[in-house]
Amino acid sequence: MEQPSLLPDLFRTEYSKIVAVLCKYFGMPFLEQAEDIASETFLLASNTWGLKGLPNNPTAWLYTVAKNKAIDFIKHNQVFKQKVYPEILVASPTAYVPEPDLSPSNIMDSQLKMMFAICNPIIPVEAQVGLALNILCGFGADEIAEAFLTNRDVIYKRLQRAKQKLRDENISIDFPVQNEIPLRLSAVLTTIYLLFNEGYYSASQNKTLRKDLCLEAMRLNVLLLEHQNTNTAESNALLALMCFHASRFEARSNNNGEIVLYEEQDEQLWNKPLIQKGEYYLNHSAKGSHISTYHIEAAIAYWHTHKQDTVEKWENILQLYNKLLQIQYTPITALNRTFALSKVNGVDEGILDAEKLKLINNKMYHVLLGKLYNEVNQMQANYHWEFAIKLSKSDTEKAYFKSVINKLSK
Amino acid sequence: MNDFLLVFRNDVALSQTQMSPDQMQTMMKTWMDWIGGIAAQNKLVSPGNRLAPSGKVLATNNVITDGPFVEIKEAIGGYIIVKAETIDEATQLSHGCPILDVGGTVEIRMIIKMD
Repeated sequence: MEQPSLLPDLFRTEYSKIVAVLCKYFGMPFLEQAEDIASETFLLASNTWGLKGLPNNPTAWLYTVAKNKAIDFIKHNQVFKQKVYPEILVASPTAYVPEPDLSPSNIMDSQLKMMFAICNPIIPVEAQVGLALNILCGFGADEIAEAFLTNRDVIYKRLQRAKQKLRDENISIDFPVQNEIPLRLSAVLTTIYLLFNEGYYSASQNKTLRKDLCLEAMRLNVLLLEHQNTNTAESNALLALMCFHASRFEARSNNNGEIVLYEEQDEQLWNKPLIQKGEYYLNHSAKGSHISTYHIEAAIAYWHTHKQDTVEKWENILQLYNKLLQIQYTPITALNRTFALSKVNGVDEGILDAEKLKLINNKMYHVLLGKLYNEVNQMQANYHWEFAIKLSKSDTEKAYFKSVINKLSK
Repeated sequence: MNDFLLVFRNDVALSQTQMSPDQMQTMMKTWMDWIGGIAAQNKLVSPGNRLAPSGKVLATNNVITDGPFVEIKEAIGGYIIVKAETIDEATQLSHGCPILDVGGTVEIRMIIKMD
C-alpha cells in the first residue's frame, strides 16, 4: 500500500532523535558520523520499504538499523578501535560494547543534553537557532534558508562552521552543573524564543513551514518542562507565551497569505485549546519570585486572547509594557507600549509620546503614527502611511498600506 | 550620552498624608506611565527608587537627628537615572513628571563618570 507521507513524517520526528542519541553515544567529535548514519538509515528505509512494503513497526525498524550501523561504525572506525574502544574493553571486562539506547527516556535525555550543547556561548546566537533547527528538529539547509529568507549557501556554511566549532571544542553533550543551569538554561530559552519568532514573524510565504517552526520551538520547550531541573518558572512562562501567540496562527493570515491585523481577526479561528494550555503554563510560571521578560510578555499575550476592548485590558497591557521596557528596551516594545497608551489615555497623548520615539527609519513607527493620525489628521496619516510603504520590502504589505490610504481619501 | 540623576522633591507635609488605596493606585499608574514613556525612548538607565518620607541625619561628632528636616520644607521622595546628550535634553525628559502635579520639583544633575 502506498503511504507517500509516512517517510517524510518519520524523518521529521525520528531523524533528530537518532542523531541526538548516536552523537551522545559517540561523542561530539563524531557529530557528522551520527548524522550520516541517520541519513543512511532513512535512505535504506526508502529503498527497502519501496520494494518489500512497510515493516510492522516502522519506527522500531529505523531504530534497529541505526543501532546496528552505529555498532558497526564503532567496531571498524580506527579512532574507536585504537583509542575509545580499548578503554571500553578495559572498563567492562566482559568485552561487551554497550549498544546505543533508543528508548524513549534516553531519546528525551539525549535531545535535552544536545540542546544545552548547541546553545553554547561559543556559538553565535544566529547559528544556534540554525543548529537547533538542523540537529534537533531535522530541518535541512534548504528549509532553514527559506524560513530565514536567505540563500541556501549562507545557511549551509553557517551550519558547517558551527558544527566544526562543536567538534573542535569537543563540547560535552551533558547537563550543565547545577549552579550553571540558570545561565545556560537562559541561553536555551533565548534560542527557542528566536526559533519561534522566526516562524511567527517570518516574511516567508510558506505558511506550513512557518507553522512547523513554531511547533518545533514549542516541542523543545515541552521537553524542558519534562525534566525537573529545567522545568522552571521561566521556561513555563516562555511556553505560555508561545501558546498564546500560536493560538492566533490561523487567524492572522488569510488564504492569499496576506496579514490579517489583530483587530480584524475572526475570533472563531483562535485556537481555544492552545489558549487554555497557555493559561495552564502561565499559572505554573507563577512559582518563584523572579519575573522574567517571558513572564511579562506572556501576561501581555494573555490579555490579547481577550478580543473585546475593555479599559481593564488595555490598562493592564500598558502597565505590563511599562514594566517590560524597564527591563529590556526594544523598538517594537516601545511602539506597542505607545499604542496601548493611546488606547488608555487617548489618541492625542498617544501621538505626543509616539513622536518622542523618533524611530524614523522603522516601518512600524510610521504604521503606528499612521494609525493614530487616521483618527485626527488625514494629511499627517497619509504622510506616515506613504513613509511606511517606502520602508516596506513586501509587496503584500505595500498593497495593504495603499488600501488604507485609499480608504482615508474616501 | 551622559547619565543624569533626576531627584524628586516634594512638600514634607504632603508626603506624609495618607492616601486611599485607589489614590495610591492612580498615583502609581501616573508614575509608571511617565517612567514608561522615558523607557520607550530608550533613555531610562535605572528606574531608581522611592524613598520613605522620614529618615535620620548623621553629622560630624556623631550627632544624629531625625528627619524630616525642620529647616527645609522639601524632602527627597525618590529618584531615577536617565541618559541624554545634554542637560537640556534631560530637563526636557523631566517634563510631565507627576511630582510637578503636586507642587514638587525635579532636580536634574549630571552624573560625573569615574574611570
